[in-house]
Amino acid sequence: MTDFSFALLSPLAPEIFLAVAGLFLLVVGVFRGDKDTSLVGWMTVLAFAITGYLLLNGSWEETTALNGMFIMDQFAGIVKLVILTGLIISVALGIDHIKQENTARFEYPILTLFAGLGMLLMVSANDLLSLYMGLELQSLALYVLASINRDNVKSSEAGLKYFVLGAISSGMLLFGASLVYGYTGSTNFATIGEALAQQGSMGAIIGLVFMLSGLAFKVSAVPFHMWTPDVYEGAPTSVTAFFAMVPKIAAIALLIRLLFEAFPSIAGQWTQIIWILSALSMAVGAFAALQQANIKRLLAYSSIGNMGFALVGLAAGSVEGIACVIVYMVIYMIMTAGTFGIVLSMRRNGHAVENISDLSGLSRNNPVMAYALAILMFSMSGIPPLAGFFGKFLVFKAAVGAGLYGLSVFGVLCSVVAAYYYIRIIKIMFFDEPVAKFDAGVPFARNLIVGLSVAFMLLFIFNPSPLLDISRDAVSVFFHNE
Amino acid sequence: MEIGLEHYLTLAAILFTMGIFGIFLNRKNVIIILMCIELMLLAVNINFVAFSSFLGDLTGQVFTMFILTVAAAEAAIGLAILVIFFRNKGSIAVEDISSMRG
Repeated sequence: MTDFSFALLSPLAPEIFLAVAGLFLLVVGVFRGDKDTSLVGWMTVLAFAITGYLLLNGSWEETTALNGMFIMDQFAGIVKLVILTGLIISVALGIDHIKQENTARFEYPILTLFAGLGMLLMVSANDLLSLYMGLELQSLALYVLASINRDNVKSSEAGLKYFVLGAISSGMLLFGASLVYGYTGSTNFATIGEALAQQGSMGAIIGLVFMLSGLAFKVSAVPFHMWTPDVYEGAPTSVTAFFAMVPKIAAIALLIRLLFEAFPSIAGQWTQIIWILSALSMAVGAFAALQQANIKRLLAYSSIGNMGFALVGLAAGSVEGIACVIVYMVIYMIMTAGTFGIVLSMRRNGHAVENISDLSGLSRNNPVMAYALAILMFSMSGIPPLAGFFGKFLVFKAAVGAGLYGLSVFGVLCSVVAAYYYIRIIKIMFFDEPVAKFDAGVPFARNLIVGLSVAFMLLFIFNPSPLLDISRDAVSVFFHNE
Repeated sequence: MEIGLEHYLTLAAILFTMGIFGIFLNRKNVIIILMCIELMLLAVNINFVAFSSFLGDLTGQVFTMFILTVAAAEAAIGLAILVIFFRNKGSIAVEDISSMRG
């Protein structure tokens, strides 16, 4: 037992700052009230930016804190920066949206902040206990966010469904954690890994299956996806954008660390599970979205399918595969940010419209918006030379490299089916008869986000290697023995 | 008969299964779902305490304390969401939670 000193907490500096900032902003919010929601919102963005700065200035050498509960390494550093970027984007999109909808509440950005804090802790979790606490801090904030529009039936129903199913998944995760603890004698990832390397145990494998189903729920992988369409449709659109972009990155990062630190010795077992989750997600994501009329529901199925593609890289289980998962998640996050930026601008007479048919003839009413959405949709469907193509290409290349031919072929076929509904949106925008125009007056932050997202999709081809190199460096922490 | 680890684990597994079945078979009231969730978490606690005592390691019991705390927070949030749902819909019957489908 070492003596306590504040220097031991230095790897946690960004998280501690974010927690204190959250408490401070709550006080500001309580004193200033809902009329100053944008003030609190932009201060939250500032807090995320400062957290990112602290993170960049801190050491990314592998260090643990809090008796091994918390780990800081290159992987955590990179993923946290991505998450903070996503948080900034979603708060920036959210502030304008809740003002337009007249549902401005200062809790909105603060709940995002606490969910973000939970995600940062998840990414750095090195123990079953810190995994659970991070996950719950994130989930509890997300339940409230889904139902933040509390006078709306759909929003409260979305919150209720999310809560009930989320609580079941946490229960499954915990049941698995208790079995893993019991059969390996520790809750620390590294110690679990050592114990399992010496002697495998059936109990720990059953525990892993339970934990995987709990986490599969968080990343909305089929068959644990039932909540996704309803929550995406019911929650306020800016919250949906947040759900689609950020929490899944944290959950995938957590999954990667758990599998590669605690369970590398039974990789044979868990790759099969990931294989099945991935294949089912891709299939459901492709086929169930075909008949959706609501664009938020469509994007929910699209996100299920995209998680399937990301899990292909995880099923490969190689350095290349995991690096591609990170690249895929980054590209998907930026793509989704742009898409939801446009969905948020689908408003008529001061009301949000959500049907795909409302986009009809957009190319004649608002060509800029139509071309931006067309580029994003082509990118989602994986048409070269856009960024979305590289995400898919890289994960399938990694999967083929690991010998997963069947899964790769199946994935490419699913992506062909999925291309149908993305390109149908483009057809509706460019070839159908125009309907009434959307409201003008799109906020600057939203235009900026959509513009940057489209630019990223178009320009990624010119220099894809930095992102790939950074991801490879980041995941190398899991393969130090090779 | 000596009561060993396996008895505790069986009890916890039975309670956990009852919790899950309670959620999916119950077609009446959302409050029952909340009770079932609580039952699942308590089953996990029995597991942790049993393992902790069997292994002679305190971590499991510390974990239990954290689970109890989080369960309380979770119940508070669940009930709060349920209250706003009731205000909007005027009912907390499970079959009324169905304005979105597809």
